[in-house]
Amino acid sequence: MDFTFSDDQLVFCDNVKQFLQNEVTPERLRSGWDTETGREDNLWQQMVELGLTAMLVPEQFGGLGMSELDFVLLAQECGRVALAEPLVETALVATPLLACQAERDARCATLLEKIATGERRIAVGHAVNPTVSDAHVADYLLMPSGNEFHLVERERVKLIPMQSVDPSRRLFKVEWRPEEETRLVNGAPGVSAMAATLNRGALGTAAQLIGLAEAMVDMTVQYTSDRTQFGRAIGSNQALKHHMANCAVKTEFAKPALYRAAYTVSQRPVHADFAVSHAKVAAGEAALLAAKNSIQSHGAMGYTWECNLHIWMKRAWALDKFWGHSGFHKNRLHQWLMNPNAKIGADKTFGEQG
Amino acid sequence: MDLNYTPEQIAFRHEVRDWLQANVPATPLKSFDTAEGFEQHRQWEQTLAKGNWGMVTWPKEYGGRGCNLIEWLIFEEEYYRAQAPLRVNQNGIFLLGPTLMEYGTPEQKERFITRMASGEEMWAQGWSEPGAGSDMAAIRSKAIREGDEYVLNGQKVWSTRAVFADWVFCIFRTDPDSERHHGLSFVLVPLDAPGVTVRPIPQLNGLPGFAEIFFDDVRVPVANRLGDEGQGWNIAMATAGFERGLMLRSPARFQETAKRLVALYRAHANDILDLSVEDAVVKSFMDAEAYALSTYQTASRLMKGGKIGSEASVNKIFWSELDQHMHETAMRILANNAELLPDAKAETEIEADTGNWMDGFLFAQSGPIYAGTNEIQRNIIAERLLGMPRK
Repeated sequence: MDFTFSDDQLVFCDNVKQFLQNEVTPERLRSGWDTETGREDNLWQQMVELGLTAMLVPEQFGGLGMSELDFVLLAQECGRVALAEPLVETALVATPLLACQAERDARCATLLEKIATGERRIAVGHAVNPTVSDAHVADYLLMPSGNEFHLVERERVKLIPMQSVDPSRRLFKVEWRPEEETRLVNGAPGVSAMAATLNRGALGTAAQLIGLAEAMVDMTVQYTSDRTQFGRAIGSNQALKHHMANCAVKTEFAKPALYRAAYTVSQRPVHADFAVSHAKVAAGEAALLAAKNSIQSHGAMGYTWECNLHIWMKRAWALDKFWGHSGFHKNRLHQWLMNPNAKIGADKTFGEQG
Repeated sequence: MDLNYTPEQIAFRHEVRDWLQANVPATPLKSFDTAEGFEQHRQWEQTLAKGNWGMVTWPKEYGGRGCNLIEWLIFEEEYYRAQAPLRVNQNGIFLLGPTLMEYGTPEQKERFITRMASGEEMWAQGWSEPGAGSDMAAIRSKAIREGDEYVLNGQKVWSTRAVFADWVFCIFRTDPDSERHHGLSFVLVPLDAPGVTVRPIPQLNGLPGFAEIFFDDVRVPVANRLGDEGQGWNIAMATAGFERGLMLRSPARFQETAKRLVALYRAHANDILDLSVEDAVVKSFMDAEAYALSTYQTASRLMKGGKIGSEASVNKIFWSELDQHMHETAMRILANNAELLPDAKAETEIEADTGNWMDGFLFAQSGPIYAGTNEIQRNIIAERLLGMPRK
């Protein structure tokens, strides 16, 4: 029993954090709002060079063969800088889905190699999401149809852009038709691919929500330390301190739930539903509270377009509902808990053992 | 990261489970805030000590098992699962014990740790005063040195377990001209010493779970001082570190309550009108798990040489408000039966448990107040963890 990340995992995360904080500035995010794609090829290439798109690609396809657990801290950092590029969905959601099919489908093997080298990008649709994000910069879309996943070239679908409150997000309704040749997986394997994809999507979103929550608290602590009224920093007032302390408590107790979910998804995926739903609900609550208490602590400034806070708030509001909103995940938790045969108790926190 | 118990840890779990199964009293003990119940609990501490299960994390040289923190968590999980009696000597074992090991002289360790370990002597805590609650540095009770003795005068309040305990560990001002956290010393006082008056204070449930203690020219040997003269504040902070840190409230306690809450909800599911109760039950369960996960994380980190920091304050807020939330939820499920106290004639287990929930609900009210109010904890988090300005 060891519930810590390895030194390698922590050091790699630190490097990626440094890179993201240097490159992904609020100014750069804002400049993306006015471009056609809202995405930057050179930033993507930099991430490819760092090996980020290759992390979960199996070694035989030119990747690093790492797991969801290795990636979860990085997803947190993507949230911290409010990264617009679809790194988390590519590396953590699309890649493992393709990897599961790669043994018996040559298309997947080829795609995986090209994801690792940055030559191809994939977007993922799922029944829990009404739109597909970043479909416009994808070469292929992984689309659900009942219990089947289809691999569809972007040229063969019609994308209808939908505007998000978050100007960095690019969302699309997709008009397409499933065909024999586009089918990737169906039947029982299709059902489990659908479930596993949902869990990975929710895991990646939960991780970003934690990063967003911490970033909002950091910028609010900074702002309330600098801003003075009545001759002193407003952050010296207990009311504002308690706003931020409440955020810290929420975030601190969402993190271990996130890490259990990441471990479970990578090691015991059959038992992942409960762990993932817990993480998604807890991370969503942490991010929503951080948004609410941060704008309040910023005062009128927080209500402006000019103040950077809204970049993070809007992402939090959006991601809290993506890959399963809280109602969806709480229902999964509830159904599991109310099952008379549910194995619950302190000795089963990490599943039934011995 | 490896979230599998080792075969040794699983074997340890079974060893604990088997021993508890064979030894936990079949009928629940009376409350340790009654004279009879206190003695029953003292007996239980002695039973634990004989089985060498009294202080599993203590080093073997002091009568413990030298368990690491993961084993401690496993022990606690089994302890609450077995519904074993609450630990009447918690003040001694989890607060004073570790402090004695760190700061005590060999003679003090020999004298005090041994009888604490055997379950002979029970300890109360005496820090707060009428004018020194959250502001503990405002302590005014004095210990004035006369030769080889200190002469104690003053008053302590909210001393948990002081009504029936044998000893109390206190902080006194040994330098009468000192202010704030300077000039304080940590002194161990027998509660039967001449000049000590203990006035019980009934708690919400009517039982005297804490007391006021008056000291009128009480004489104790200087050898009863723990650590150096004037070091009382630092030693108290170290003790409070243990208290708020990891050991005061193990997650298993809340996970057991959450499990009972799920059972209560299932039993009443068809009569609940309040739609938000369902959400509260799910949240209770998730939060109890989150507290366990967080503790496993901290335990793992400490075992690799990490130090406990401001997470102690984060923890204290979380478990105390979780406990309150769970009991509030139980009250909402029990609805118009919630006010009923335990009924000796109850026919079903769920009926019998109704009164227990009210008992727990009353106790849950104290969680956000004791061991440093949650308001103080929030200040600590904001200032020390997040770096917000003090002034």
